[in-house]
Amino acid sequence: MLGKLTWGAIPWDQPIPLIAGAVVFALFFAVVVWVIVKGHLPYLWHEWITSVDHKRIGVMYVMLGLVMLFRGFIDALMIRSQQALAFHAAGYLPPEHYNQVFSAHGTIMIFFAAMPLVIGLMNFAVPLQLGVRDVAFPTLNSTSFWLTATGALLVNISLVIGEFARTGWLPYPPLSETQYSPGVGVDYYDWALLISGVGTLMTGINFVTTILKIRAPGMSYLRMSMFCWTSLAANLLIVAAFPILTATLAMLTLDRYLGFHFFTNEAGGNMMMFINLIWAWGHPEVYILVLPAFGIFSEVISTFSGKPLFGYRSMVIATMFICIVSFMVWLHHFFTMGSGGDVNAVFGIATSVIAVGTGVKVYNWLFTMYGGRIRYATPMMWSVAFIVTFIIGGMTGVLLAVPPADFMLHNSLFLVAHFHNVIIGGVVFAVMAGITYWFPKAFGFRLHEGWGKAVFWLSVVGFYAVFIPLYGAGLLGMTRRLQHYDFALWRPWVLAAGFGMIFLVGSAVAQVIQLVVSYRQRELLRDELGDPWDGRSLEWATTSPPPAFNFAVLPNVSNEEPYWEMKRGAIEAQQMSAEPDYKPIEMPHNSPTGFITAFFSTITGFALIWHIWWLVGVGLVAAYAVFVWFAWRDIEEYEIPAAEVARLDRERRAPRARWLERNAAGRPA
Amino acid sequence: MSTVDAFMPSGRGRDPYRLGHGHREAHHLARGHGEGGPARKRVVVAYGFWIFLLSDIVMFSAFFAAHAVLQTATAGGPTGRDLFDPMSVALETACLLVSSFTCGMSAVATGARSQLWTQFFLAVTGVLGVAFLALEAHDFAGMIAIGAGPQRSAFLSSFFALVGCHGLHVTAGLLWLGTMMAQVFVKGFRPNILRRLLCFNLFWHVLDIIWIAIFTMVYLIGEGR
Repeated sequence: MLGKLTWGAIPWDQPIPLIAGAVVFALFFAVVVWVIVKGHLPYLWHEWITSVDHKRIGVMYVMLGLVMLFRGFIDALMIRSQQALAFHAAGYLPPEHYNQVFSAHGTIMIFFAAMPLVIGLMNFAVPLQLGVRDVAFPTLNSTSFWLTATGALLVNISLVIGEFARTGWLPYPPLSETQYSPGVGVDYYDWALLISGVGTLMTGINFVTTILKIRAPGMSYLRMSMFCWTSLAANLLIVAAFPILTATLAMLTLDRYLGFHFFTNEAGGNMMMFINLIWAWGHPEVYILVLPAFGIFSEVISTFSGKPLFGYRSMVIATMFICIVSFMVWLHHFFTMGSGGDVNAVFGIATSVIAVGTGVKVYNWLFTMYGGRIRYATPMMWSVAFIVTFIIGGMTGVLLAVPPADFMLHNSLFLVAHFHNVIIGGVVFAVMAGITYWFPKAFGFRLHEGWGKAVFWLSVVGFYAVFIPLYGAGLLGMTRRLQHYDFALWRPWVLAAGFGMIFLVGSAVAQVIQLVVSYRQRELLRDELGDPWDGRSLEWATTSPPPAFNFAVLPNVSNEEPYWEMKRGAIEAQQMSAEPDYKPIEMPHNSPTGFITAFFSTITGFALIWHIWWLVGVGLVAAYAVFVWFAWRDIEEYEIPAAEVARLDRERRAPRARWLERNAAGRPA
Repeated sequence: MSTVDAFMPSGRGRDPYRLGHGHREAHHLARGHGEGGPARKRVVVAYGFWIFLLSDIVMFSAFFAAHAVLQTATAGGPTGRDLFDPMSVALETACLLVSSFTCGMSAVATGARSQLWTQFFLAVTGVLGVAFLALEAHDFAGMIAIGAGPQRSAFLSSFFALVGCHGLHVTAGLLWLGTMMAQVFVKGFRPNILRRLLCFNLFWHVLDIIWIAIFTMVYLIGEGR
């Protein structure tokens, strides 16, 4: 009846996951009770859960990403403290548990923290920057989000029901085959990623279509903001790379469930094929994360330097260059496979060449700052720290791209330090900059600057304190994923890294305080104008927060910085442009389709993990029923009357007109 | 009348052969390159669906690559030459190719707004799809019966996964086809139904393209080994 699921699946003898699970469940339960008692449920359902508004979906993605970032950070604390203790000792995490912790840390950080954070910011900002009302397929967008949430939920369920994979964040066979991983850990991994991967793929399709087909009048390709360009490149990579991940994990699943021999030791299986396939997805994935990050920094550096982005066209070319070459370097993840000197040389050179694209970008950012009137607000500080940190990470990357050096450093903590260097210094710093930058647009008030700077300094110091020692330990030969060790030379480096975690804990605490303080002081931090940073792209042309339809009238675009031009025009003319002719606007209806689909996906995924076959059938039939029910709807859109559009737009214009009067001298703030 | 033209909502802005690249009426004929603002919904939907189909082709290409790597990994078991029945493969191919033709005929009928002929050709397409699946299932069952199932060797694993994945797509296509027939019957030729019929046509033709690749890579090359 319940397949492999028994009471024994709950780890009664392991206090850590049990207590953690109990705390999380209690918190979740308390929130649900609070929501119901306070009567917020209808609001949540109508305004958020069923929302197909790209801004709301973006905010939910970012919230999911932050929660998962916290979960992944706790795993990181456990890894660092275990290694700090486990010198000539067993530490406090037994091997089977420690292996789950580092596997969960990597899986969660990449798939359920970094991806949702980056996709959330794209969701929020891209349609606004394109000057349009929504993405191409709004309901599909909602479904993407909820499927990602399904994946995150399944990974977290594994904490208390059963176990998670012990194979690392990429389940290399034959270790991940049934013979060596008979438990449900790898199955949790497989189904969580297969389900959330579908969501990510649909996001890719949605955003490629949106950026290529839905833009404000006059916005030709070379008038798009740099964030839109990098998002386009990232989503093209999603469309081209995520199907490979789906296929690869499907093959592993067939091996595990039906006794196929894709990657097994016997019957002709080829486990190196898994390594090739997974990295054919895995290396583009790196750029799926970091290209939007580059876009965020481009926006932030240009805005806070008060200058247009230097070398816009070279930036576009560098972005698309990286987009294409990112598919030609995957083998550098396993130079030690033994494919021979020639093959290794080709991939080593390709890997060094891809750094040229990033180099072009770094110089463009520096020249954007050069001669600018730089304001060191929090997003700008993250950007400057990024440039320095990412250059260090990039250089260690180029070092690893040299095959002979890689043979020494492969699988060492040097590698671990390198990819944390580029992912934290690139993606996480960008996300922090992006959240601070767009927060006022999303919520109508800025984040507290002082606490923002506290988060910044604690994070940057903490990052260097943790990962520079890991470079040292790696150079001394310490391999990754060690549950315990007895080599005295590594000990001080490991202790130093453990000590550095204290700063990162501080930054996490400061981040929570910043959110609370900002919320309490929201009237002081209010952004009435809708343009808190003296911005240059179209998202600042509307109110903070924007109305559901974003723009009462789609803006006309005639250059790369449409809002800057609009603003300069108004300041020079000392008046706003004439009030347009307001027309009614059609907007897509809210839809519970995404939530219901994800609900049944969660059930189906759970049933597949535990071999509860009848429940799998129920889930699939329900999925088809939802599909037909959604397709059967007659009314897809509702109309916002012209009078309401006019009222909302006059609310937008009034503070701007007042600002013009106050600043009659004509200098922007 | 071209196939794509058949899915134009009647009565507004028809542009045979130019597919939205016209210069009159910039608002209606925007090509999404910036001049006229957002492209029309029909263009957006078809474009998005093409992107999906491309991603689906990428997924198949991973299975094709796996099959290419594992085609000789028979682990001492039967090879393609021992197992494949050319007659059955030819019949399957014929079923699919003819179903693509009838699917195109249904598009012509849709263009003429003929409920009867649209339903007829969609039904014929469906019957041919079922026939294809039945033949394939018969082949699979025969192979499994003689101990040449996917567990026998890596070659057979990749064979069953690749061809089975295509079969799953045909099955999903048949479910979609049934749903579309019901929708056309109940809702008529509304613009959103026309867009879905366009997407369904694209999907069905792409399944044919993938089958042709399977025919070549799996069966023709497999027979030669």
